[in-house]
Amino acid sequence: MAQGEAATSPSGDVAIVGIGATPYYARGDSYPQTTLELAGKAILAACEDAGISVTQIDGFAYYSGAGAGYGETFDTATFMETLGIPEVTFSAALTSGGGGSAGSIGLARAAILAGDATFVVTVMALQQHKQRLGTIFGAAALSPQNSFLMPSGLVGPGHLMSVLARRHMHLYGTRREAFAEIAISTRENARNRPKAQQREPLTLDDYFNARMIAEPLCLFDFCLETDGAVAVITTDVDRARDLRHPPVKVIAAAHGGRREWGRAFAWYGMPDPHFAASGHAPVAEHLYRKAGVGPADIDVALIYDHFAPMVLMQLEDYGFCAKGEGGPFVESGAIRYEGGTIPVNTHGGQLSEAYIIGMTQVMEAVEQIRGVATNQVPGAELALATGGPATLPVSGLIVGPDR
Amino acid sequence: MNGTRATTLSPESIRITTDAWTEPYWEAAKEERLVTPRCSECGAFRFPPTPFCPECRSQEIDWVELGNGTVFSYSVVRGLPGQRDLLLVPVVVAFADAPGVHVVSNLVDVDPDDVHIEMPVTVAFVEIADGWKLPVFRSPEPG
Repeated sequence: MAQGEAATSPSGDVAIVGIGATPYYARGDSYPQTTLELAGKAILAACEDAGISVTQIDGFAYYSGAGAGYGETFDTATFMETLGIPEVTFSAALTSGGGGSAGSIGLARAAILAGDATFVVTVMALQQHKQRLGTIFGAAALSPQNSFLMPSGLVGPGHLMSVLARRHMHLYGTRREAFAEIAISTRENARNRPKAQQREPLTLDDYFNARMIAEPLCLFDFCLETDGAVAVITTDVDRARDLRHPPVKVIAAAHGGRREWGRAFAWYGMPDPHFAASGHAPVAEHLYRKAGVGPADIDVALIYDHFAPMVLMQLEDYGFCAKGEGGPFVESGAIRYEGGTIPVNTHGGQLSEAYIIGMTQVMEAVEQIRGVATNQVPGAELALATGGPATLPVSGLIVGPDR
Repeated sequence: MNGTRATTLSPESIRITTDAWTEPYWEAAKEERLVTPRCSECGAFRFPPTPFCPECRSQEIDWVELGNGTVFSYSVVRGLPGQRDLLLVPVVVAFADAPGVHVVSNLVDVDPDDVHIEMPVTVAFVEIADGWKLPVFRSPEPG
């Protein structure tokens, strides 16, 4: 299905070798486990999956400023102390928030290619016992910068992004039916996933009868509130070939973005057409160029789905359809696992499976390339995973088989 | 929902803080003037106020009073956790005479069903915590 030149890309020289996760819990239900405990369990599971000892880990590549759901932070030294990791030679994080999830694998790659580390772990854990992510901005400390935003009552990320969705509807005639199709198709993909938090069928009636949270967004446009953790281990391809699973090569990773997007919905200064967008267009361009492929070569797209309309805008920014045509594209059934042209979020996404700030997208990309996904895209050779549209950097990742 | 008028968060709960670059904005709001920085060198607008002009890096600014704006985009929030009856229309307002400036606040005293993108709005002020005033927006037509 994909093009051969991707596998010979000069950047395809590190591979993801281990993935691990805790069970996914409803918000707060993982208590009294701690965030550190959840993260540790995911790291140990990823080591087990790779077939390495946790003592072989010598690098940490985080995102979200090493923040666990923005309310807490990770500390490499604490992981070393609790898991018995003897020495670390790389420890760094991408700045800002969930935009960096996919790109953190690029950070791991940079460490490995520089010779700074051999087994690099990327981990995210969320435990929302104390603070819900859904109202995190309303609970944020006051600053001169956010004093221009917080009085508006846009207390959570969904509230903030509803304003972008509204502009997209205005400019391009996008309908709520398109957002509904994203929620419904994602739910379909979760239905046979034992770990998924939401597995009941979702109908158009359910969608249109749902509670509006921040119009035009309703309950089903919002991702789940999850407790849990996911970890991923990256190493060089030579080492990867000796491990438990066939290597899943990092074909390309990119993070960044342009000033016109900038702080995005923490700012709202974006001019058209950047306002009703995802901020990913420049990252997509770099990613495809580095990979030597285009959107038509991608076999499965794992698109960061914190909010349904942002999936639509990323599909545009990654070139699966033209800018402004995301609505009709999605409504045509194009993103369905069954019968679609580009299956999206085959794992049930953050809308229906679990929300671990983008890491389930990375994990599903790995499973698709290993050929072991629950909703396997036959012969998938290139999987795209994206980070969350948010304050820069945003990021993308393309993985493929080792050949 | 008809007949329900949009408001702000409870005014006494709204707090702001300032730094050297943003304080003139809030001081002007206390005097019921909505202002934005314009670069004294190249004339570019920026918002919110920041230490440098992103076009020419000058630090010299003139504070320009903003006139009427239009709705660039908005949301409608019917209730927040713990505040079930709250009705908010958070709004991003653009200004024809200040290209690039987007002010985020609330559209008040409107029926959400009457709000639309490109609708003209005029500024008003609400007293908030610590003696500050918050610029908000309303429809210029009597509602």
